[in-house]
Amino acid sequence: MYRKTIAELGAGLRAGEFSSEELTRALLDRVKRLDGQLNAMVTITEDQAMTAATAADKQLQSDTATLMTGIPFVHKDIFCTKGVKTSCGSKMLDNFISPYDATVTENLAAAGAVMLGKTNMDEFAMGSSNETSFYGPVKNPWDIECVPGGSSGGSAAAVAASYAPAATGTDTGGSIRQPAALCGITGLKPTYGRVSRYGMIAFASSLDQAGPMTRTAEDAAIMLSAMAGFDKRDSTSIDRPVDDYIVGLNRSLDGLTIGLPKEYFGEGLDAGVASIIDASIETYKKLGASVKEISLPNTALAVPAYYVVAPAECSSNLSRFDGVRFGYRCDDPKDLDDLYTRSRGEGFGPEVKRRIMVGAYALSAGYYDAYYLKAQQVRHLIRDDFLKAFEDVDVIMGPTSPSTAFRQGEKADDPITMYLSDIYTIAANLAGLPGMSIPAGFADGLPVGLQLIGNYFDEARMLNVAHQYQQVTDWHRQLPSTFQ
Amino acid sequence: MGQGIICATLPCLQQIAMGKSEMDTQDILKIAHLARLGVDEGEVDAYAENLTKILDFVEQLESVDTEGVVPLAHPLEASQRLRPDEVTETNQREQLQANAPQVEAGLFLVPKVIE
Repeated sequence: MYRKTIAELGAGLRAGEFSSEELTRALLDRVKRLDGQLNAMVTITEDQAMTAATAADKQLQSDTATLMTGIPFVHKDIFCTKGVKTSCGSKMLDNFISPYDATVTENLAAAGAVMLGKTNMDEFAMGSSNETSFYGPVKNPWDIECVPGGSSGGSAAAVAASYAPAATGTDTGGSIRQPAALCGITGLKPTYGRVSRYGMIAFASSLDQAGPMTRTAEDAAIMLSAMAGFDKRDSTSIDRPVDDYIVGLNRSLDGLTIGLPKEYFGEGLDAGVASIIDASIETYKKLGASVKEISLPNTALAVPAYYVVAPAECSSNLSRFDGVRFGYRCDDPKDLDDLYTRSRGEGFGPEVKRRIMVGAYALSAGYYDAYYLKAQQVRHLIRDDFLKAFEDVDVIMGPTSPSTAFRQGEKADDPITMYLSDIYTIAANLAGLPGMSIPAGFADGLPVGLQLIGNYFDEARMLNVAHQYQQVTDWHRQLPSTFQ
Repeated sequence: MGQGIICATLPCLQQIAMGKSEMDTQDILKIAHLARLGVDEGEVDAYAENLTKILDFVEQLESVDTEGVVPLAHPLEASQRLRPDEVTETNQREQLQANAPQVEAGLFLVPKVIE
């Protein structure tokens, strides 16, 4: 049962082959049995899950049932969940019980999805390996010596190890797509503003976006349908109807033009990854697509621009953690300044502190124009590159990550090496474009992800393009041998 | 960032030298203070080294010609929506204060501020 997709499980639930209670119980048992090895979960919400499953079984009998009704999922611990610990992977919020639900939490609950628990993640979503979590690193189910990617590493590992057919993720610079690639699953970052950020603990507000992590593109379409939508509580949410992501999945790819940015296939790309990406492009040609080389000339500036914009916004967002109203407070503060300084010093880990300091520096008096303003100008150039490219092509493709999953500790000492593992994903965040990673093969036994970047609000087309590939390949059906 | 950055009318942080990205102990302590971030003495050198690397890395932005380019604040260039100024939330003080480290009579407690 645990190997099935959302679409398959939903069909079984609606046909009465099994109940959501039975499914939920089976998956909870699996999570509890396996998580000692992977550390993908921060909290398992067993009682709430069983209550939700019972309600879902009732909903399945009514006309309010959706394609997500009764489907178990795991929820990144960045989304506020009422009455449940919401830690964001940090000691700072280890004691935080959210008094309210994020809109994504609410939307999935309304659709009848059943939350099994909250997944481990890099602290405040700052990391590409899941090694910065207060709760310890998550292991990659394909090789437990390797990282699962980050920051949604717990979510990616959980889907790869079949804890659940679906997980939520968030993506500020690649945090859905890169772990999806490294764990061999499908992950989608929607257009900025498509999914509400309300109740999603903020890292870099102009970049953060939530999305689904699943085995298949079809499942991503089902789950995104439940997550997306305008929300007046998010001031950057876009007031525009949600497309039907399912109806067009089977559209033919005849006449599709794929753009291949030459900057995504140059130096720094692992040869094993490159040959798999080339092979997947050949598959697309057989499906009727044509290929065009394009240029995104400002690609090399994406990572440096990101490492000004993201830390600047993070230093501002994380100033709310002051030890006064919620979260960690140090023992015996001698005065207010000591309370702030020690609560933050003890509550945040090293990578978070590093980024707060970079941000505080970049925003400090006299430096704002040189750093933040300059980076936002470069961001405009990066977006214009994409707009120009989309005049000629329907979708852009390339590798999601320059390498397969790396070993734990391998990049932990050098922030720049770690930052460069997001070199192909960051530009889509800066431009606000939707992006996806789908399983495309294996290099030395580890999964490789193919990245798709679509035009604004073109999620339906991107899902169609991904789904057609998955009709003629079975990479997305491979399971890690020790977690089958 | 570069030699050409001018402080305009805003007062500069005197401790942070202009036009260099090499961070020393004093710089780190100054920034940590600005961010109200406690940093252990033993960690200061490592932060200085890492911040120097990061600032060196982002320095490549400086060479880009951005003359006349408008900074991109929102990827879709959306602006803030206006809403009627109406009360939408009910009072949930007790529930919200349940997460507070220390409260008394509905107030958040902090160390004495005024002697």
